[in-house]
Amino acid sequence: MILKVLFALICMPLIGGLIVGADRKLTARMQGRFGPPLLQPFYDVVKLCLKQRVSVNEFQVLSVFIYFASSALSVLLLLLRSDLLMIIFVMSIGAAFLVVGAMSVRSPYSQVGAQRELMQMLSYEPLLILVTVGMYLVTGSFKVSKIMMRSTPMIAELPLLFFVMIIILGIKMRKSPFDISASEHAHQEIVKGVLTDYSGPYLAMTEVAHWYDLTLLLSIAALFFYPYWIWGIISALALVVVEILIDNVSARLTVKWMLSYSYIVGITLAAVNIGVLYFVR
Amino acid sequence: MSFLNKASKLSPWLVHYDCGSCNGCDIELLSCLTPLYDVERFGVVNVGDPKQADILAVTGSVNQQNKSVLKNIYDQMSDPKVVVAIGVCACTGGIFRDCYNVVGGIDKVIPVDVYIPGCPARPEQIIDGIQLAIKKLSEKTKV
Repeated sequence: MILKVLFALICMPLIGGLIVGADRKLTARMQGRFGPPLLQPFYDVVKLCLKQRVSVNEFQVLSVFIYFASSALSVLLLLLRSDLLMIIFVMSIGAAFLVVGAMSVRSPYSQVGAQRELMQMLSYEPLLILVTVGMYLVTGSFKVSKIMMRSTPMIAELPLLFFVMIIILGIKMRKSPFDISASEHAHQEIVKGVLTDYSGPYLAMTEVAHWYDLTLLLSIAALFFYPYWIWGIISALALVVVEILIDNVSARLTVKWMLSYSYIVGITLAAVNIGVLYFVR
Repeated sequence: MSFLNKASKLSPWLVHYDCGSCNGCDIELLSCLTPLYDVERFGVVNVGDPKQADILAVTGSVNQQNKSVLKNIYDQMSDPKVVVAIGVCACTGGIFRDCYNVVGGIDKVIPVDVYIPGCPARPEQIIDGIQLAIKKLSEKTKV
């Protein structure tokens, strides 16, 4: 039990950081550059923690701590095999506080970035809920422990929902064409968008919380292959590579496009899959 | 301890401000990000946000209009920070030194750590200057 808690709270963000580091390296190689070392995200986080603590107001600091705590808690709950719907809501609380923290600052960059982050949440949250509904239809319960008692992988009955994960992951990771609220390193979108007024140790906390969220979504993607652990991990990493590929070939698009695309394509795929399942049973 | 020391040298984030430059030095600075020179392998990222940056890279000379803007950007950055003056206009005012609106180089407004001369400064010189700035930054970092 203690081992699971430690693994969730310490190892999962390290894995997330390594994935982000590999992401930057792979992106650089695709662009014909050498790229930063693999451990670069860890150097970034440590350096940020060594900087002077500056914040615009106290509420912003509270928001960062709540965002960090929710993301960590959601990963912990996943490893303790709890209710998947609750895990997603806990993660969303954190994301909402990131937005509220950005809104508590009066700079126009933060305000616009916060509104755009809300639109991004509006795009991926319904899709994530539909993924869990699909899992409920197949297993009869939202609990991860029930999913882990199955002998056949869910991908056999939920293939289209696995493809919906590509859209969800793209929006959550803020990869082009969905990097509308804040862009990753070396790109700027309204300066840093929702992250503009976070600096120093608080920015380090948002970065580590992002690693928790990344590993949470990749674990949910790996759950589709449950009894075959290795296939789950391979599929999660393949999803990341697909996201990096899409990121490098596409440009940033508009909020309206993101909403319409995720609803039309995402909800259609999810509805078809769930509909077919419902009538077959 | 050594990992913390190492980290302060390996992740220098840059914010670039064009004071009154002809853009020659700016183009050379931004070309450092291209695959030919690729400063990202040193961990250098061009964040546009002074609150998140360690190095302030300034091109161009200071005039009466942008004096306060430059000071504002410098004040927004959190410690530890270094300032790099790129190009001869940022160092001393350059060829425009005697103009009626030019105050001079940026050291008239903010303390400068590294001066990179040149008109325009070449990317190799800029990378060399940024490396020196990183060294000064790690000396300023209290671990």
